[in-house]
Amino acid sequence: METGAQTLRLPGTTDWWSGESWAWARRLARRRTALFGLVVITAVGAAALFAPVLAPFDPVEQDISQRLKPPGGTDERGRLHLLGTDHLGRDILSRSLFGARIALLVGFSAVAIAGTLGLVTGLLSGYFGGRVDDFFMRLADIQLAFPFILLAIAVIGVLGPSLRNIIVVVGVSGWVVYARIVRGEVLSLREREFVLAAVVLGSAHPRVILRHIVPNAFTPWLVIATLDMARVIVLESALSFLGLGVQPPTPTWGGMLADGRVYLSTAWWLATFPGLAILVTVLGINLLGDGLRDTFDPRLKV
Amino acid sequence: MKTYLLRRLAQSLIVLLGISVVVFVILHLTGDPTLLLLPPDASAEEIAKFRRAMGFDDPLYLQYWRFLRGALRGDFGNSLRHDEPALALVWQRMPATLELTAVALGVALLLAIPAGIVSAVFRNTALDYVSTVLALVGQAMPTFWLGIMLILVFSVGLHLLPSSGRGGAANLVLPAVTLGLFTTARIMRLTRSGMLEVLGQDYVRTARAKGVGERRVVWKHALKNAGIPIVTIVGLELGTLLGGAVITETIFAWPGVGRLSVQAIYNRDYPLVQASVFVLASIFVLVNLVVDVLYTYLDPRIRIR
Repeated sequence: METGAQTLRLPGTTDWWSGESWAWARRLARRRTALFGLVVITAVGAAALFAPVLAPFDPVEQDISQRLKPPGGTDERGRLHLLGTDHLGRDILSRSLFGARIALLVGFSAVAIAGTLGLVTGLLSGYFGGRVDDFFMRLADIQLAFPFILLAIAVIGVLGPSLRNIIVVVGVSGWVVYARIVRGEVLSLREREFVLAAVVLGSAHPRVILRHIVPNAFTPWLVIATLDMARVIVLESALSFLGLGVQPPTPTWGGMLADGRVYLSTAWWLATFPGLAILVTVLGINLLGDGLRDTFDPRLKV
Repeated sequence: MKTYLLRRLAQSLIVLLGISVVVFVILHLTGDPTLLLLPPDASAEEIAKFRRAMGFDDPLYLQYWRFLRGALRGDFGNSLRHDEPALALVWQRMPATLELTAVALGVALLLAIPAGIVSAVFRNTALDYVSTVLALVGQAMPTFWLGIMLILVFSVGLHLLPSSGRGGAANLVLPAVTLGLFTTARIMRLTRSGMLEVLGQDYVRTARAKGVGERRVVWKHALKNAGIPIVTIVGLELGTLLGGAVITETIFAWPGVGRLSVQAIYNRDYPLVQASVFVLASIFVLVNLVVDVLYTYLDPRIRIR
């Protein structure tokens, strides 16, 4: 019976989109807010990737004669500064586009570090339990006791601000959420028949973990990673805002905000636009993350 | 019950010990704390003398032991900048931080719980959509930008509220809103989803069926059970709030521990940095211990774990 149903689908007419493996993508696409989030993130990603092409001006080129031009102002050659210029005459739009590069670079790298650390510790904690579990979970409590931002600025204050240090600090401090969720998943997977069967059949621990547990713990991990990206981007901007981020003249959203704060009473656009960029990016990520969670695992509490 | 409390207490002590290790390590991250603590133009002779005087030549475990003993007695050394005991400086600034955090949390709860309930009761109406969108934006808004925008509108634009310093109630409005918005948004969404879950349950239907008024069903029967996760998150949110206070206090020149610690980092005043990080983290641990203990009274199932 079943084979009969399958042969109805002629070779060559199968649409990749209607395939079984894309079912989750179709479900996700039906959620309009998640789709909106995806569009926003794609746009930010494109802005970052094509910043050199899209930006109308050099983001670090100063022109004091053009300083603090309001949005929509033009320079003497008639070139438009759509979002105005800053206190050094740099084009805000161009700087915002290039700022997306740092935000996403730190975002992806730090999430990769935090996600890997959390995955490994969560797997070990959940799979082996006992003392291993106690150790990592106490470590998690200690990590959580520190206000994120305070620990980050203290460490970067000592090590000195640089792109590498920021990625490492933000990444290393973010492992706990992943570890806790992965641990929870492993605890329930460990008791499932297919895992017990693998153990009974004599699979070694690494094989059980890599072949049977990791693939099944992956989706909750992905949801956390998506939502965590938002946290990381805000943290990077906060560090840049405090002067402990990537150093000038490299354009960062947080750094632009800090500049803008000084000129708040005379030039509102300096602080407004980079902040909007952060807001829109984070909102897009949150919407996509919420959509992924609702599609994959509605009971996941994040 | 007693074993649970004892175990919970032991856990907190271990965490506090861990905090002391991290705070100790911060200063030793570069290998030689002498160079961090002395001005950059110090001579080689001064450096060597200082290193000996501070005991930085000793093995690390000995140095840590000394640090821990000092910390237990409340001695983190003198602030390099102010030449006063670092811990005393932190305690002086603590009331300002607690005031700001408490008001922000209070405002968040006062706004978020009714908004979440209304959103759940009038599910899928315009009212629900508006508050959901506001909550989403509130969660995506970076604290520092929100603070700056509020200053732009209410201080620079409308001249309604002061943009910096601590004083009367007017000074508190903008910092408290800035600090509290994220928490408001989070608690609101939590209340909404909690209420939705509870409102669909049998005992609520029973209450309605036997003729209990809708207001009583929502505020008494449903809220009581939907409130349990809210209590937990209040303890955890304190960490977010104390972290947020670092940024908020910097923006609004609020004379609290957060601003003190940021300035200490700029001034490379490490004893002060260590004292403030240690105190803030310890407060978080103690509050969560209290929350957990209170929680066992609210939900006796917890004790069994």
